Amino acid sequence: MISIGERAPSFFLPDTSGAMHGPAGPGPTVVCFTCNHCPYALAWHERIVAVAADYAPRGVRVLAINPNDAERYPLDSLEAMRARVARGEFDGVPYLRDESQEVARAYDAKTTPDLFVLDSDGVLRYRGAPDQDHDDPARNAAWLRSALDAVLASAAPDPAETPPVGCSIKWRP
Amino acid sequence: MRVELLFWAGCPSHPAALSDLRAALSEAGLDPESVIVREVRTEDEARAEGFVGSPTIRVDGRDVQPAAGEPLGLTCRVYRRRDGRYSPTPDPADVRDALRTATEAAHARHEGRIA
Repeated sequence: MISIGERAPSFFLPDTSGAMHGPAGPGPTVVCFTCNHCPYALAWHERIVAVAADYAPRGVRVLAINPNDAERYPLDSLEAMRARVARGEFDGVPYLRDESQEVARAYDAKTTPDLFVLDSDGVLRYRGAPDQDHDDPARNAAWLRSALDAVLASAAPDPAETPPVGCSIKWRP
Repeated sequence: MRVELLFWAGCPSHPAALSDLRAALSEAGLDPESVIVREVRTEDEARAEGFVGSPTIRVDGRDVQPAAGEPLGLTCRVYRRRDGRYSPTPDPADVRDALRTATEAAHARHEGRIA
C-alpha cells in the first residue's frame, strides 16, 4: 500500500494493441483502475476521458488499467477491452491490461474506478474518486481536476484522498 | 403486490436502490416497508434465481428493467437511465412505471372478479 507523498510503484503494461505504457514521463500521470462491467466505472468514464483531453495540453497523461479477472467476468476480457477502444471510448487514454493483477495489488487498488494522481516525480499526490457523485455528470470529475490543478501548480491537493467508490476489483481466486 | 429487491453484498448500490424503491412505493400510496429484501450469496443461488446482477427489483415477479440476454451471476448490474446515462440503479421512472402497471393489473383482476 502506498500513502500520499510516497513514490508510487512503477510498471509497464500492454495496451489493447500490445504497446507498453508506464507512469514515467515528463508530467503528471493519472493511473485509473477501471473496467468494462461496472456501472460506476461506466458512469464516470466520460468525465475521466474529458479530463484526459482537457489536461493533455498541460502535459498530463491518463492511463486506464483493467485488472479484473476476465475468466469470471468475461466482459473484462482483452477482446472486450479492444472493442471499446475500437468504438472510440478511450480517445487519448491508453487502456492497459493488468493480467497478473500485480499492479493493482502494488497500488492497493480497491474499486473500479480508483484513481491515483502522480506528480512528475512519480509521487502519489491524490487517491480516490473522480468526484462526489457518479450519478451527476455536472460534478465534472471536480476532485480529479482540482488535484491536477494543484499538482501542476506544485501545491498539495485538497482533498488529497477520498474514499474510492465503485465495484470491488475482481481478484483471481 | 409482491415487491422484491435482490442484492449481492459485493456491490455497493443496493442501499440507494432500496431507498429509491421505497420512495417510489410511498409516492404510489403503497407501504414502503413491504419490500422483500433478499441477498444472493453464491453463483449457484444466482443461477437458481435468474439473477443478472445487483440490484435486481421485481414487481410481481417482473423485472423493472428487463435484462435481455445478460449472463447470470454475482456482479454489479449496469442500468441505463432514460437519458442514456449508465447507472448502478434503475431509473426511478422505470420503478414507478412498474409499480403503476402492477397496480393497474391488480385492479383489472379485481374488477374482472366483481363483474
